[in-house]
Amino acid sequence: MTKVAETFSVDGYPRESAKAVPGAVAELRGVSKSYGDVQAVRHFDLAIAPGEFLSFLGPSGCGKTTALRMLAGFEAPSAGTVLIDGKDVSGLAAYQRPVNMVFQSYALFPHLTVGQNIAYGLKQQRPKLPLAGINDKVQRVLETVRLADFKDRRIWEMSGGQQQRVALARAIVNEPKLLLLDEPLAALDRKLRKEMQIELQDLQRQLGITFVLVTHDQEEALSLSDRICVMRAGEIVQVGTPRELYDQPKSRYVADFVGTSNFFDGKIIAVNGGTGQISLSDGRSYRAFLSDAIPVGETACVSVRPEQIRMSDTQSSEALEVTIQNRIFLGEHTEYLVRHARLGNIAVMAPRQSDGRLDTLQKGDTAWVHWNPEAALILRND
Amino acid sequence: MRIYAVCVYVFLYTPIAIIALFSFSAGRSASQLEGLSVQWYGRALNNPFVMDALGNSLFVAFVSATLASVLGTLAAVGLQGIRGPARALFDALIYIAVMIPGIVIGIATLIALVTVFGVVNPWLEAFWPGSAPAPTLRMGMGSLIAAHTMFTLALVIIIVRARLAGLEGALTEASADLYATPLGTFRQITLPLIAPAILAGFLLSFTFSFDDFIIAFFVAGSETTLPIYIFSSIRRGITPEVNAIGTMVMGASLIMLVVAQLILRRGQKR
Ligand SMILES: Nc1ncnc2c1ncn2[C@@H]1O[C@H](COP(=O)(O)OP(=O)(O)OP(=O)(O)O)[C@@H](O)[C@H]1O
Ligand SMILES: [Mg+2]
Repeated sequence: MTKVAETFSVDGYPRESAKAVPGAVAELRGVSKSYGDVQAVRHFDLAIAPGEFLSFLGPSGCGKTTALRMLAGFEAPSAGTVLIDGKDVSGLAAYQRPVNMVFQSYALFPHLTVGQNIAYGLKQQRPKLPLAGINDKVQRVLETVRLADFKDRRIWEMSGGQQQRVALARAIVNEPKLLLLDEPLAALDRKLRKEMQIELQDLQRQLGITFVLVTHDQEEALSLSDRICVMRAGEIVQVGTPRELYDQPKSRYVADFVGTSNFFDGKIIAVNGGTGQISLSDGRSYRAFLSDAIPVGETACVSVRPEQIRMSDTQSSEALEVTIQNRIFLGEHTEYLVRHARLGNIAVMAPRQSDGRLDTLQKGDTAWVHWNPEAALILRND
Repeated sequence: MRIYAVCVYVFLYTPIAIIALFSFSAGRSASQLEGLSVQWYGRALNNPFVMDALGNSLFVAFVSATLASVLGTLAAVGLQGIRGPARALFDALIYIAVMIPGIVIGIATLIALVTVFGVVNPWLEAFWPGSAPAPTLRMGMGSLIAAHTMFTLALVIIIVRARLAGLEGALTEASADLYATPLGTFRQITLPLIAPAILAGFLLSFTFSFDDFIIAFFVAGSETTLPIYIFSSIRRGITPEVNAIGTMVMGASLIMLVVAQLILRRGQKR
């Protein structure tokens, strides 16, 4: 496939900006957007690396779509600059930007065939591309998304999953610098969504196009992305690889949003380099890694992932005594909900055991749980 | 309840049916059926006054419907960009415009035009260059077309607006995202998708103009349209010829309305 920069031409593409982050394919620099009193996006600083798969993850209304639409050019930032390929594109309308978007509703043109929909972007290029070249590209992209026989179909003759692939093909055929996807899989059923996730990932690897995905599905973000940008109320909370976010969340919010975790509230009583001492409501004090600089005296919490907690039916000195509340058998794992007198409910994910001793535990039985200090993390309480 | 409904339909359609039936009369009386024939249709179509009036009617209907479709579509698309109270005001004004009785439009247009002509004509005469006599503005085809365009404009706006509102906003965004200029988007996406509504608006406008008597009566000046011809010939007594003309006009109008409805329905399915 030819390089994007060679095939793309847009009238009035702007000049080099003075100080762009080197190598970034797109950048939001101090970008804010408000609608009247609502601050949809605040002080966004984010550089997107070429070829990466980046996700915006956050709850509904946190400004994901708004951030994406500012990259696409549908919304103008209230403050800050949007850069694409190091150039300030703030003054460029959507049709002048070398980015393409896959809409949540697909937004396929109902009066055009599948082939015509896909050719639409190529046909707008000036100077005009030769028709044979356009047909060629359309045919190739149809094969890429496995719709080779559907070129002359009408849109309404396609299933939801097929329409999704047409929408994808219509965008990638233009070889954009940036492919923006706004919850592209939200309308699909669970099984199809899984399949499409795999296809999306394959496609991204194969084409090398930078993908920016908006989702509020943490599993989707974790499984697809190279990097995830976790958002809350218009702000970036943390950016990192899925592993970083899972293993080293900077705040309780991130730990809660990315994966599940147990949180025990307490107060910092000592800080020593990267570790801290926190006293919890059970009266004991625990040592754990500090995720971030937290001053002594501050309330904070200890986060322990359910799979880091070991459970046993025999007492040991370090372990906490708990009662079994609930047990869910999940095949390879069994999920327990247990209750500690002071710390409250604790979720435990226990791997299948060869001796099956835990299997005899019933609701109301007593058990003992403990975790390695390295597995726990002290987090800011926000 | 059922009897009541039947009565309503009988009242509504009996006169129309009788006119249609009597237009096929072989005799000279418009109120007595004396055998069947199509001779009155032949007579009507051979009557130069009828054909002249028909030509005028078709011309006025075509021109005013075309103008209304073009202007109405542009207005509807323009209104799409307006939000808030201004939009509500425009919407209300358009609906009111459709509901204003024809007679009010007729009189208002007449007074307005007479006033304007009264001001403009002396100026034209005073400043007309050359020795040729200055043209004078007066009632006629032009004023009739203007009045019909004005009235049917609102119809077109309402129909096209409804279709535009049903269009997904993301479609125009998707087009812009795929590098189409605003004009390109209008030409390639918006226009094809609202075309059925524009066509339906055209047909309704055409039918309205073609059938209109009241407005034409006030502003047509010395020109005769088909409804005006029918009106004046009725004053000389109803003949089967008038029935035949009426039946033809009715048939043509009905066909247009049905076609307009079909186009709108098909457009909505997409
Ligand atoms: N055009 C607009 N006018 C006014 N407010 C808006 C507009 N678009 C978005 N907002 C507001 O900005 C905030 C962020 O909206 P946005 O659509 O970006 O959220 P989101 O993260 O995409 O949510 P979701 O997951 O529900 O799609 C919301 O509070 C929303 O109400
Ligand atoms: Mg959204």
